[in-house]
Amino acid sequence: MDDQNKVIAARNLDLVFPTSDGDVHALSNVDLEVNKGDFVSFIGPSGCGKTTFLRCIAGLETATGGTLSVNGMSPEEARNARAYGYVFQAAGLYPWRTIGKNIQLPLEIMGFDREERESRMKRVLQLVDLEGFDGKYPWQLSGGMQQRASIARALAFDADILLMDEPFGALDEIVRDHLNEQLLKLWARTEKTICFVTHSIPEAVYLSTRIVVMSPRPGRITEVIESPLPRDRPLDIRDSAAFIEIAHRVREGLRAGHGDDV
Amino acid sequence: MRWFRLRAVPVISVLLALIVVWYVAAVWMNSQWTLDQAARAETTPGFTEIVKDTMVQERPKLPAPHQVAVSFYDLVFDKKVTSKRSLVYHAWVTLSATLFGFAIGTGLGIALALGIVHNRAMDMSVMPWAIASQTIPILAIAPMIIVVLNSIGITGLVPKAVISAYLSFFPVVVGMVAGLRSPDAMQLDLMKTYNASATQVLFKLRLPASMPFLFASLKVGIAAALVGAVVGELPVQQGGLGARLLGGSYYGQTIQMWAALFMAAILAAVLVFIVARVEAGVLKRMGMAR
Repeated sequence: MDDQNKVIAARNLDLVFPTSDGDVHALSNVDLEVNKGDFVSFIGPSGCGKTTFLRCIAGLETATGGTLSVNGMSPEEARNARAYGYVFQAAGLYPWRTIGKNIQLPLEIMGFDREERESRMKRVLQLVDLEGFDGKYPWQLSGGMQQRASIARALAFDADILLMDEPFGALDEIVRDHLNEQLLKLWARTEKTICFVTHSIPEAVYLSTRIVVMSPRPGRITEVIESPLPRDRPLDIRDSAAFIEIAHRVREGLRAGHGDDV
Repeated sequence: MRWFRLRAVPVISVLLALIVVWYVAAVWMNSQWTLDQAARAETTPGFTEIVKDTMVQERPKLPAPHQVAVSFYDLVFDKKVTSKRSLVYHAWVTLSATLFGFAIGTGLGIALALGIVHNRAMDMSVMPWAIASQTIPILAIAPMIIVVLNSIGITGLVPKAVISAYLSFFPVVVGMVAGLRSPDAMQLDLMKTYNASATQVLFKLRLPASMPFLFASLKVGIAAALVGAVVGELPVQQGGLGARLLGGSYYGQTIQMWAALFMAAILAAVLVFIVARVEAGVLKRMGMAR
């Protein structure tokens, strides 16, 4: 398209789910552009459409109005072109496959040969610090390790975009801190574009270059905050004044969007 | 020793209790005949004599356990296996029909389940018929199947196997439909993000996920297949445990009936055990047994 840097572009995006209780306006008038290499977090209360927006990008939902392009294509075309890897809230590893075989699953489906599958699997396991675990079954790993394996699975076929839907939501805070730190390193090393849905303000501020604040009924974007934090972020950056200031702005944004609901 | 205490003791206790109940019932049910005989001979037997007599009658209402055991041993080990009096021969006749019917039923059940999961029209239409098929008493429909197949020249093993299949396909359909649908929305979405085809979803996700369901169904199915084969043998009287059961009841050979009954029970237990062993092996190989 005109701008090679624009990975995701949404204009006036609308999505209405018809239900027996009447129409639910999941997304209303969503305008957003994500540039190559961005780390964009979507934050907001339940029902604000953050997950729905991510699913639209992935082509798992189809918008009822407006336009959405991914890598200059429609979301379905982008999916066909393996534009993204998707990480769900649960690791969703198949219990009948070893970690190595789980990571090879998308590669098998996409028709990579055996040798290529093995070498890619080894490489992405290294990226998530799970070398040597390929022969283990999922139940032999902790929750955090399972989620890392699922990230490796999403990285295996070299998609430029990583869509992550509350990937660490089910993990405890200590594990979550650790994984956040690792994710940033991974992002720096692979130069992927990451869209990250979260409930947690510190997580959003720590990880993102941009924070998209959303609010419900109808689901919409209320504020987009550009982070002035440097890309290289040690964990203790969270005690800095700049960090606290952004976290405060996110909290204010969430409160404003909430209106009299809370 | 620990194994003995935890596993063997409960089983043996229950078995002993059952045998005691059985002996008491045998004395109670057979004593009438003893008393009638005594009345005809104008004697009045004492309690010990009554009990003794109830244990050795030729055609007791309820044979005593040791009578059944002796007959069973005789019919299994002391007869040539090719003899029509051998229980092993009859068990083999029943087993062959059971296995043939089980294979047909399992195949049919899996095929129907695949259709139900992948085709909306089949989803709406097949299940009610499958349920209706199981509400018809098998005793009523078995002779009809045999007569119909007979009239087009099919006799012997096949009609019995058809009845076996008729009973065994149902648990497989129900189990496999549940199994193929067991992957949750997230796992299906994951497949969608890879652009997986329906065939890939079937072989990489739905089928492996359905294995535990399949084996649960197969255990019910193989027992049902055995019942089907036995019922199929009742009207034909050309060998098999079902024929032995009905033959025994025609001639008041209660001991023979009970021996055949035990053979059927042992056969069922062995078949279910084999399925359970295969299940354990398969799930272990799949990494799903811990």
